[in-house]
Amino acid sequence: MIEVKELNKYFGDLHVLKGIDFNVDESEVVCLIGASGSGKSTMLRCLNFLEMKNSGEIKLKGESIDPNSDDLNGVRQQVGMVFQHFNLFPHKTVLQNVIEAPIQVKKISKSQAKKEGHELLEKVGLGDKADVYPSKLSGGQKQRVAIARALAMKPEIMLFDEPTSALDPELVGEVLQTMKDLAQEGMTMVVVTHEMGFAREVADRVVYMHDGKIVETGAPKDIFENPKEVRTQEFLSSIL
Amino acid sequence: MYLGFVTFWSGFFQSLIESRDVFFKAAQVTLALTAVSIFIALFIGLFFALLKISNVKPLEWIANAYIYVVRGTPLIVQIFVFFYGLTSIWMISGFWSVALGLAFHNGAYIAEIFRGSIQSIGKGQTEAGRSLGMSQMVTMRRIILPQAFRRALPPLGNQFIIGLKDSSLAAFIGVQEIFALATTRGANTFDYMTWLLVCAVWYLILVFILTLVVGLVEKKLAVSD
Repeated sequence: MIEVKELNKYFGDLHVLKGIDFNVDESEVVCLIGASGSGKSTMLRCLNFLEMKNSGEIKLKGESIDPNSDDLNGVRQQVGMVFQHFNLFPHKTVLQNVIEAPIQVKKISKSQAKKEGHELLEKVGLGDKADVYPSKLSGGQKQRVAIARALAMKPEIMLFDEPTSALDPELVGEVLQTMKDLAQEGMTMVVVTHEMGFAREVADRVVYMHDGKIVETGAPKDIFENPKEVRTQEFLSSIL
Repeated sequence: MYLGFVTFWSGFFQSLIESRDVFFKAAQVTLALTAVSIFIALFIGLFFALLKISNVKPLEWIANAYIYVVRGTPLIVQIFVFFYGLTSIWMISGFWSVALGLAFHNGAYIAEIFRGSIQSIGKGQTEAGRSLGMSQMVTMRRIILPQAFRRALPPLGNQFIIGLKDSSLAAFIGVQEIFALATTRGANTFDYMTWLLVCAVWYLILVFILTLVVGLVEKKLAVSD
């Protein structure tokens, strides 16, 4: 589904991604773990071109994407993104948040968008909140709306950038459950997370990043129980 | 001394009441000047605000030059330049040359208000819009500007009040608005103080109404809080 080759990214003089090779298969759930500053979020943001790579290749469904010539808006429609800080549109109700992009970008009819929007809100357990403004929601509810909003574009892959890091501990569970449901439906997912429990239980593959490089990648069981690399061992022992 | 005080104020109130019809007419001119100039200024302001945040250097320079000139020269000079400049190439009434002059002037301040409020909207909002496949333009129009406009309202209301009061400069090119009427009356009766105070009362009423309207709009836009 996604293939990344020799990806390099600089912020000024800072080399944040150092020749990353990475791929995600269809219906696969990949969790990116690693310390802050290791480049996981930057790499995720390169996948939908919120950050532009400096060199390397990013392929989506076998097609290499060139940010200068390809229609990035079209690419982004296929790649949903959920942010750490939700980034809901505060001036729009929950339902309006969900239907905005389908109406504005996909040009589907308002009635159709509303119908699908209500279904998505039911799916994330917020059917009764359609006409409420985001300011009235808890963090967990906001994040579930954000997931529904991304799903409304019917993406082929979903990117999650630390989706539970800004939540109160008691609200983390509901968001992870929603993501778990999504994974079970076969959604292709790349998740940057510090929730090792989630990674262990839901991920098909775990990728450990350190200092802009992928240090180790493997099945959750192998990574968590028998990490091969010393760095991975150190990281896991420091957080588990 | 005491008698003089009483005579003055009773004369003032009498003048205020007796002149209400002509001043009401003049107030309509003042309001029309304000409304037209502010309306145009909002578009000018938005346009130059977008130039300023465009990240295209020449466009930024144009916006900066415009703002620099407007802020750096007196309004009365700008109005006279518009009046003499425009009327020499194009038959235009005093009313419209002042309206355009005021719009040109207020546009610069409103541009800075819009720029500030647009930049105050978090980057996450743009990223959320773009990540859903919205173009930069749609994101600006549907996501950023509605929020920015709401944040701009308090300073905008302030600017509207300034614009309303600045419209009194139209008197200097013969537009019959409130201040012009008051000074004419003052000259005719040799009683400037009375008519200046009458004029002040009318401005207070207009500003009061304007404040009320801005407050109502603010309240209406605050439903999402």
